[in-house]
Amino acid sequence: MSTAVENIPVDYEALDGALESNMVLSMGPQHPSTHGVLRLDLRLDGELIVKAIPDIGYLHTGMEKLFEYKKYQQGIVITDRMDYLNPLGNNLAYVMAAEKLLQIEIPERAQTIRVLFCELQRIASHLVWLGTHALDIGAMSVFFYCFRHREKILNLIEAASGGRMTPSYFRIGGLMMDLPAGFDRRCKQFLDDFPEALSTFETLVTGNTLWQSRTMGIGIISAEDAINWGLTGPCLRGSGVNVDVRRANPYTGYETYDFDVPLERDGDVWSRFKVRMREMAESHKICRQAMERLKPGPIKADAPKVVLPDRDDMRKHMDSLIHHFLIVAEGFNVPAGEVYMPIEGSKGELGCYMRSNGGPKPDRVHFRGPSFVNLQALPVMSEGEMVADVVAIIGSLDIVLGEIDR
Amino acid sequence: MADTAALIQFAEKLRTANAGWVTEIIDALGEVSVVVPRESIVDVCSTLKDEHGFDLLADICGADRGPEEEPRFVVNYHLFSTTHYGRLRLKVRVSEDDPKIHTVSHLWRTADWHERETYDLFGVIFENHPDLRRILLPSDFDGHALRKDYPLRGYEPYSMN
Amino acid sequence: MGLENTLFESLPEVLTVKLDAVVNWARKSSLWPATFGLACCAIEMMNTVSSRNDLSRFGAETFRASPRQADVMIVSGRVSRKMAPVLRRIYDQMPEPKWVISMGACATSGGVFDNYAIVQGVDKIVPVDIYVPGCPPRPEMLVHAITMLQDKIMNESTRDRRDTFEPESRESIVPGTLPVTEGTALEKETEAEVAQKQVSRPYTIPARHERRRTH
Repeated sequence: MSTAVENIPVDYEALDGALESNMVLSMGPQHPSTHGVLRLDLRLDGELIVKAIPDIGYLHTGMEKLFEYKKYQQGIVITDRMDYLNPLGNNLAYVMAAEKLLQIEIPERAQTIRVLFCELQRIASHLVWLGTHALDIGAMSVFFYCFRHREKILNLIEAASGGRMTPSYFRIGGLMMDLPAGFDRRCKQFLDDFPEALSTFETLVTGNTLWQSRTMGIGIISAEDAINWGLTGPCLRGSGVNVDVRRANPYTGYETYDFDVPLERDGDVWSRFKVRMREMAESHKICRQAMERLKPGPIKADAPKVVLPDRDDMRKHMDSLIHHFLIVAEGFNVPAGEVYMPIEGSKGELGCYMRSNGGPKPDRVHFRGPSFVNLQALPVMSEGEMVADVVAIIGSLDIVLGEIDR
Repeated sequence: MADTAALIQFAEKLRTANAGWVTEIIDALGEVSVVVPRESIVDVCSTLKDEHGFDLLADICGADRGPEEEPRFVVNYHLFSTTHYGRLRLKVRVSEDDPKIHTVSHLWRTADWHERETYDLFGVIFENHPDLRRILLPSDFDGHALRKDYPLRGYEPYSMN
Repeated sequence: MGLENTLFESLPEVLTVKLDAVVNWARKSSLWPATFGLACCAIEMMNTVSSRNDLSRFGAETFRASPRQADVMIVSGRVSRKMAPVLRRIYDQMPEPKWVISMGACATSGGVFDNYAIVQGVDKIVPVDIYVPGCPPRPEMLVHAITMLQDKIMNESTRDRRDTFEPESRESIVPGTLPVTEGTALEKETEAEVAQKQVSRPYTIPARHERRRTH
């Protein structure tokens, strides 16, 4: 295999004379606790980790190259598969970058629905995080409870867009389709049932002394280190740095919503866990506000050369038909320029760098995946810990290999 | 997001500190990009980090302008400040014959993997990088995949032999 | 089961039919999958295991992390070139009898990603029994695939799945390296056979409610 131990260069050798008793453990790509195909090269001194070297690339899909060969609207489908637990967030970053290049205004109803779905997606992503983190540490029933609630969110997303995990619901200029009838009632039902679920998790997990002893004081990273290593999202806020892209560089109207940004001081696995649990409650709050604000209105921007017309419109009017044909067959030309559009994904700052040279296909699209950067800090967090703690630390980083390897 | 006046001020401060540090300032679409010659990238970055508060390096992103363009590659550094929430982009253009830039991983540890990714996908070499090797593509991969002249489907389909 | 090897050397074929039924029933009712979740389809696989679409009703009770203890490998997700040798190695580590379900469009044929990085179909690396389309397939589709595999197992003969000690297995054929049969007599023969079998029935194993009771 090309990823042999000999390929690691010599100056990565371990410190302090523990060389003779080092064991190399390859926590290989196929492992139940690595949350995907991640390989960790661990140098162990007994149970203590002397050096941890992550080896990624086992899921490299060449998505950034694929974007250059697809029209802007076709690229949305690919973004779903990047961070597959937060597909609507990926969609949003890509779509907003394109909208920034095109400089089109999005109507208010579309913005509200975007916020609603982003926060629902954040809750869904955190539920998977909680389920898998608990499963790795040993609490199996939490996994089933989390996925049960996540199914309800997936049903909501499926009702709106047709896809559970790969919705491609946000389009350049607005949304794919309007919300179906009965969506309000179902969403309110979910939002009413959710606080009870959160309190179940608090009882099962947060109040559990076993959980606390497995997560407190493990994987500590200080605030300066966290900023230096580029951590963002709950990993950064667990170390006490108050940075949230929804507050720092607001987008889609987040400045008009009332929510807190949870912050913890200690920088260990427990703090990151607490931050994410509180984030679920805050997202729930934002969803309620978004549901109250929903007013009837257009969901697509007024840009006929960019946004697909409604199907009825297309069938009745000639110019809509022509626009539809041109948009689908040839695509629309995006003015030349470059943008970097950061959003607060469920794992951290998800940024989309898009560069256009005036044609129907982008010149370069790059996604700054938060998991890519967060994983880089794993060695810092896990050196000096035991092997069993690495599993807890990986869970607390909440990595998704699709986003890391793109 | 029209707070570009404050960001342009940072760029102008750099220019007054040393005229050779800033080649061009671009202000478009609510974002400010500063084109920096590659010899001075480390000085510019350390000034911005220490004096102006840009303590988080969000992203290093390479781009290929095409095999006929000269210089061919452009490397973008996206900086963010956790104190005043400003975002700045630095651009360094390198040509294909001499694609070397000095690393900034001693300033921001996060630059390590970003530079490895840029090296892997484009072939831009970062001098004094602690560990410059492929990160996403297999280590025996031939070529740099995101260059414009590398075909989308690669050169041969996968076979176990 | 080393018993199978000795059994089939000594007994005539007709006596193994009843044994087939029992053995196949046992095998299909406790298919233990190996966790080979790669990408988005892995999350749908996790959804299939969780309480709403409960896969353990069908016998796939535990997902074993170690391939040495698993029966079926559900390749769920896109296989990149760096991962392909690992996939083959995990497949080789599974003991007979083993089956492979290729879940999702990316595992079946490369899916959306027709580029340098993704292997265009996992059947270039391992022999596949069931292909499940979808991106990602709904959990119900994966459940249908497991039941389809169970029907396929019921129709197998135990002779086909014995542990391979025989010398012929030492020259086992690496996928993609079969000798060329184009234009030869073997190809014409096979085509005639296939044309004969191609009656009006489609080439799928019908679902339980679609089957008429034939046996």
